[in-house]
Amino acid sequence: MRKIISALGLLSLCTLAVAADAVGATEKQATNWHAIIMFCIFVTLTMGITYWAASRTKSTSDFYTAGGGITGFQNGLAIAGDYMSAATLLGLTAMVYMQGYDGYIYMLCFFAGWPIILFLMAERLRNLGKFTFSDITAYRLDQGKVRTMAAVSSLTVVCFYLIAQMVGAGQLIKLLFGLEYNVAIFAVGILMMVYVTFGGMVATTWVQIIKACMLLAGGSLVMFLAMGHFNFSFTNVLDQAMSVHKLGEKLMHPGSLLADPVTAISLGLGLMFGTAGLPHILMRFFTVTDAKEARKSVLYASGFVAYFFNVIFLMGLTAIIIVGQNPEFFEGGEIGKKLIGGGNMVAMHLAKAVGGDMLLGFLAAVAFATILAVVSGLALAGASAISHDIYARVIKKGTASEAAEIRVSKIATICLGFVAIVLGIAFEKQNIAFMVGLAFGVAAAANFPVLILSMYWKGLTTRGALWGGYGGLVSAVLFVLFSKSVWVDVLGNAAPLFPYTQPALFAMPVAFLLAYLFSKSDSSVRAQSEIEAFDDQYVRAQTGYGAASASNH
Amino acid sequence: MSSAMYERMRVNPKFQELVARRGRFAWTLAAIVLIMFYGFVMVVAFAPQSLGQPIAEGSRWTVGVVVELFMFIFFWVLTAVYVRRANTEFDALSQEVVREAWKENK
Repeated sequence: MRKIISALGLLSLCTLAVAADAVGATEKQATNWHAIIMFCIFVTLTMGITYWAASRTKSTSDFYTAGGGITGFQNGLAIAGDYMSAATLLGLTAMVYMQGYDGYIYMLCFFAGWPIILFLMAERLRNLGKFTFSDITAYRLDQGKVRTMAAVSSLTVVCFYLIAQMVGAGQLIKLLFGLEYNVAIFAVGILMMVYVTFGGMVATTWVQIIKACMLLAGGSLVMFLAMGHFNFSFTNVLDQAMSVHKLGEKLMHPGSLLADPVTAISLGLGLMFGTAGLPHILMRFFTVTDAKEARKSVLYASGFVAYFFNVIFLMGLTAIIIVGQNPEFFEGGEIGKKLIGGGNMVAMHLAKAVGGDMLLGFLAAVAFATILAVVSGLALAGASAISHDIYARVIKKGTASEAAEIRVSKIATICLGFVAIVLGIAFEKQNIAFMVGLAFGVAAAANFPVLILSMYWKGLTTRGALWGGYGGLVSAVLFVLFSKSVWVDVLGNAAPLFPYTQPALFAMPVAFLLAYLFSKSDSSVRAQSEIEAFDDQYVRAQTGYGAASASNH
Repeated sequence: MSSAMYERMRVNPKFQELVARRGRFAWTLAAIVLIMFYGFVMVVAFAPQSLGQPIAEGSRWTVGVVVELFMFIFFWVLTAVYVRRANTEFDALSQEVVREAWKENK
């Protein structure tokens, strides 16, 4: 039964692609002391940083954006850290191990959004934004309504993403550290609250940077040692992998996962523009001094992401031979049976095979650190939507004191932490593979269209933005709800009402169309002044004159 | 923020030049990435077999691996090219626009 669950888990993981963050049901393993000790070192180090960061986190600007003083290189590492979750390491390695070339295709989809973000968005984001991306959408539109809408869709994205991460964290930690599921959930939730409430963006950024370095170093080391078994020849790897893998020559052919063109295109759109609408990623653009550093951030981040995806590709391929041909890693010691711990353990087994218990422990600690860092980034983005958008701008209409705003965001962080713990426990036994897909879908259909239109289209009015934003949000959620991954797999209905699993290709046009129609037909006086205000916004977006500047420390 | 400053910048021909030049450059690069990426997605969807072919007789390297590796590197090189030009040429131009608007202000 377990075998079927994890096989299904892995399968849905593959079909969804974006569900790479989801981890299937797992079994508790023997307590792994190497991993626990190394993880404790990581926690001690990051707690030290949080303590230091707490003394530097006084103003709202410190709390949300680390005072805007992060350099492009640091921010690039932090963005890469935000973007590469534990599932990137474990899920994608497993996918290459199982499906070969298909895994590589997904990685390109995850990567291709970055150049587009740089060319079309990075500079304007930095020049117009201050703390959250709704600063940009609400720049010339009705503050109250547009910020409420942006906060609602941000929180929706954050919650779906948090569920996926928390459930994945619980399963993984059970697997890697041999701790109870609930213990793991509480540990992640509480550590996250400590980082964010005390250290704000400064601590969160450094947690991301350290984690990104650990991930890059750990992955590279495993890849290097594994490639050593093949005299560092890619031809040798392919040769042997094809001869032992059950797919044979087909290993390097695109498989069945993207056979349907609609799914392929929808997936490509969802991953590309979903990335450009994730609140915790967008928020990172406001932590740097100016547009120049924002551009550099993307350059470094995309370099690290591209490099690491290629490392993972090599890890997956070498694992086919090193792990796949070693009976020690299979249940009952029989090659071809189920891998010990399930499909997601491929990267871990590879680490053990090439570097022994120490390297395994290190990589397990990296995976835990990774989850913690991603969850912290999400919590900070969610908390700032509540405190900066809802509390300070909508409820208090800009009259809230900085101290009060920070207090609200700390309370919001703690609430989000408890929500994450409760959801993590509630969804333990659920198939959460669709959650990350849903998060990307909502980001691509609700956040991205309004954001890009507000920066590029003069004619956007409050009415259009609201219809576009809410329309995209509702349609993305409904398309996923009626698709196979929820309607059939979770709710147990016989046939899906909507035939495709990827919402982006359908929900994005809905959002754009609604935004266009309701802006065009908006003849109010307010709309007229909003359209006129675009000219000033445009000059600021282009030159950065008047942009929020770094505080002086 | 002072609307008069923005107005002065907007009418400056250098601002028009900045917007036109940077816009053209950014959209050209974006178009290259979008066309290559979605072209690749189309090949995956409609002609997957072609990606599984070896690049040469007897070689283990397939067309798909080479094409993807090329795109990873090429897209990153494009970001480097954009950052280089934007951080030098375009930023200098935009600072000039701001400086001239200040000067008129006095």
